[in-house]
Amino acid sequence: MPAENMRVDGNAAAGALRELFARDLTVATATCAGCGTARAVGELLMYGGPMGVVLRCPGCDSPMLRMASTPGWLRVDASGISLLAIPEQVSRGQSP
Amino acid sequence: MSDQPFIARGFRGRRPQAPPGRVPPGQYETKDFPVLSAGPTPRTSLAHWDFTIRGLDGKSARWSWEELQALPHETPTVDIHCVTKWSKLDTTWEGVSVDTLLNAAAGIGVAGGSHILAFCDGGYTTNLPLADVTGGKAWVAFRYDGAPLPPEHGGPARLLVPHLYFWKSAKWIRGLQLLATDEPGFWEQLGYHDRGDPWHEQRYQGDP
Repeated sequence: MPAENMRVDGNAAAGALRELFARDLTVATATCAGCGTARAVGELLMYGGPMGVVLRCPGCDSPMLRMASTPGWLRVDASGISLLAIPEQVSRGQSP
Repeated sequence: MSDQPFIARGFRGRRPQAPPGRVPPGQYETKDFPVLSAGPTPRTSLAHWDFTIRGLDGKSARWSWEELQALPHETPTVDIHCVTKWSKLDTTWEGVSVDTLLNAAAGIGVAGGSHILAFCDGGYTTNLPLADVTGGKAWVAFRYDGAPLPPEHGGPARLLVPHLYFWKSAKWIRGLQLLATDEPGFWEQLGYHDRGDPWHEQRYQGDP
């Protein structure tokens, strides 16, 4: 089966990303260090399967974020993101 | 009929078992050929494809697809072992031995180093000791199971190093960089082992 048929988008990485940040990253905007395009993390293309998370730019396929959880360590290479803009999240029941 | 005692046969159950000693620790046998990828499947035409061995000093040896095909082919039958725990036995391949390529490169002065970094279309890399791709242990493989290697399994050509975990058998390979010191590749940077021997369960950095 081609890799494209198995590809999911960055929303599938939400759980793994929550280990890194207190905020929901899938609604954050990430600027690709390769081509300069800014997109929601949820729109990035996810690869890596059982080995780890690789989020790639849909425009230029650059790896924007790479993560793998191995015994004792979670390693993250975010060098493919030149800027991450995370909106303020409002909890249910509070006014913005 | 088996020379095993009746009781041992009965406890085995009906599921066919892999012959003893073929499946490394922590692995299970599959008859499938799962596809894992760190990125989209590259599409490189054979007219634009080449394979390069880059030396320590910047000199390189290069083969076009036709030049690679003109080298002696071998047809290894090997077991393969993925770090995600599946093993597939008796897979059949056709390719050129990495020894043949390294020897030809050495003939024009491209040699040396202790390790290699395999580099691929799409940007994937993986590092291995030079000793693990010499002495008949590795191929640049372009046919699998009697047919041209399909793109999702790494075609036109992939590295085949079956004695190590299969993430080292880099898909869509375009060359080897000789290294004076080891340098972690794509998954190794994120915690996977620099060597990856399945018989010693060298899955992750720090595994002995």
